[in-house]
Amino acid sequence: MQSTSRSFKQNAHHALQDATLQRALGNIKTGFQEKRRQVIAALPEFEALRDAGRDIKNHTLANLDFYLERFEERVTEAGGVVHWCRTPAEARQTILEICRRRNARTVTKGKSMIAEEIGLNEFLEANAIEPVETDLGEYIIQLRHEPPSHIIAPAIHVTREQIADDFRRHHSDLDPNRRLEEPRDFTDEARAKLRDRYFQADVGITGANFLIAETGSTVIVTNEGNGDMTQLLGKAHVVVASLEKVVPTLDDAATILRLLARSATGQEMSVYTTFSTGPRRPGDLDGPEEFHVVLLDNGRSAMLGTEFQEMLRCIRCAACMNHCPVYAAVGGHAYGWVYPGPMGAVLTPSLIGVEEAGHLPNASTFCGRCESVCPMRIPLPKMMRHYRTREYERGLAPGTVRAGLSLWSFLATRPSLYRFVTGMAAWTLGALGRRAGRFKSLPMAGGWTGVRDLPAPEGRTFHTLWAERQGAERRGSGGTGR
Amino acid sequence: MPGSGPRVGLFVTCLVDLYRPTVGFAAVKLLEDAGCTVEVPATQTCCGQPAYNSGDMADTRAVARGVIDAFEGFDYVVAPSGSCAGMIHEHYPKLFADEPETAQRAQHLAKRTHELVSFLVDVLNVERVDAAFPGTVTYHDSCSGLRELQVKTQPRRLLGTVEGLSLTELPSAEICCGFGGTFCVKYPEISDKMVTEKARDVSATGAGTLLAGDLGCLLNMSGKLSRLGSGTKVRHVAEVLAGMADGPAIGEPGRE
Repeated sequence: MQSTSRSFKQNAHHALQDATLQRALGNIKTGFQEKRRQVIAALPEFEALRDAGRDIKNHTLANLDFYLERFEERVTEAGGVVHWCRTPAEARQTILEICRRRNARTVTKGKSMIAEEIGLNEFLEANAIEPVETDLGEYIIQLRHEPPSHIIAPAIHVTREQIADDFRRHHSDLDPNRRLEEPRDFTDEARAKLRDRYFQADVGITGANFLIAETGSTVIVTNEGNGDMTQLLGKAHVVVASLEKVVPTLDDAATILRLLARSATGQEMSVYTTFSTGPRRPGDLDGPEEFHVVLLDNGRSAMLGTEFQEMLRCIRCAACMNHCPVYAAVGGHAYGWVYPGPMGAVLTPSLIGVEEAGHLPNASTFCGRCESVCPMRIPLPKMMRHYRTREYERGLAPGTVRAGLSLWSFLATRPSLYRFVTGMAAWTLGALGRRAGRFKSLPMAGGWTGVRDLPAPEGRTFHTLWAERQGAERRGSGGTGR
Repeated sequence: MPGSGPRVGLFVTCLVDLYRPTVGFAAVKLLEDAGCTVEVPATQTCCGQPAYNSGDMADTRAVARGVIDAFEGFDYVVAPSGSCAGMIHEHYPKLFADEPETAQRAQHLAKRTHELVSFLVDVLNVERVDAAFPGTVTYHDSCSGLRELQVKTQPRRLLGTVEGLSLTELPSAEICCGFGGTFCVKYPEISDKMVTEKARDVSATGAGTLLAGDLGCLLNMSGKLSRLGSGTKVRHVAEVLAGMADGPAIGEPGRE
């Protein structure tokens, strides 16, 4: 996927002007946040589970090579194939070859952010293979030719009215006066439309929430059952997953599953949690004839051993973006690549470079809400700060910022000079602003006064007044300092 | 009765120093009323967050060294700001990984550093204040104080003892106001969206006064409320707790 992260500011500007988008984003607070709050309040051991989840992932990442090789052994034993892919291009080519061997004309797809990361749909289309998205949200944005704007609710930026319009336009064979208002209406219609596609599909492609080393299983969690249809009805099942999805055991997956749905949608568990181990065995009633795991690195192994390793604990629950005030203001598309919100602000520069995605770790107030809800206790603000440091060290920060900081630091390390300058500033601004109490505009402060007033200072600095009070007390007159 | 209790170094914060000395004197009064001896080291300037949050580690360390020097030897260091106290408490020890001696001094300072209101309640066990404030207030939990220092119940406990004051909770009290230090001028449109929502929520409470414990957030919210034509007054919580809320509120015309 081509990044527009360099244009984050312009993207954000357009998002803030887009009244329809703003209406759609309004639902996050009442939906995800409130549901998560309730389900976690009902689970006293949630904090202990977070520790356990973090520890499982830390252990796995410290032994990643071991667990990935173990996983491959088990997949092979079950009759499947693991394809190690360093780059998106390798992953795309691998998937294309599997499709070609099966003479595939259509493939069904479950929801997969890794498929977005490698730009799979465009690539398959360019090779005369039709990808059919089966997750409702993905189906909607495929009709709209848009990328997802959220990692678990890809069409969260679309309103119901827009979905109804899209469905009427694309499903022109149906009664134009049918009811299309509730989520149920959309689900039913998409389900009916997709039914035949599952049977036509030559290959089914899904993502994976976990890869289990001890069994060679892949796990998907869904609420629509579309993933199961995708992986069972195609003649070949291709799992596309990034390498940090591996966990050692089924028990480990069970522990993290208790965190995942609660943090994501506020459910105790998703409706479907499906474990897939190898292709159909002799005697099995159903299942695919082939089972492939396309294991993508794409820069992740380079994060190991760096200050960004902890990011690889991420289980893609989206709690960080669901609670991020910046995400809530601008939505996911503004971030300009596959992963939005706080996790995207760390993962995107890690995968496509801080030169390309430098805005993202800067576009945060460090309010810390993301870290406070992250089930894997990923210190997201800390890692965003690491990227800011990296940008500063590489000279990527804007010249005005660097000059301003140099001046400020020059003063802040020279207390006497600092007192003099702040005393002058307080006096001047205090005198100019006393009558109104605030400035509606001020030279050099347009960033502030463009959108809000600047309150005027009281007029004298604390240190000046304190020195006077101390002087008065020394002279024995007491004094209150005011 | 100053003198009988611990010796406290007041970290005034650069914003209180420059903008609103009243908050500093309110802090002094609250600490002295609780029995502390308060001193204000004259060489203090800023905690270093502007550089730290911009990724400028060399300047951060230079400024932090000044703070560590200035506040050597106090029983406690107290700031009327969760953000600056959080910077010293949470982040200073991490700044000097390559300088064990400074790291140790930073660690020592970090352990003794507190945000004002939580210091009063959690360390000095202050249960009530001697102040009156007629009217309804609402309270915004500034992010750093809330999440780095767990400042949440303490201001509410003390506000509950202010005569005549009634507190209406702000439903979005824990959501960032959009200040974020340099964020508010680097991404003014996003900051504007956040502070506009905050101002709308504050107005919806019907409270006459908005309180918080960090001057940065207060300047931001005050600036937006007045830009929107709201009559809600904005003050630092220490002013109310110290009974020093009789002067002009933040952004109000001064007295000639």
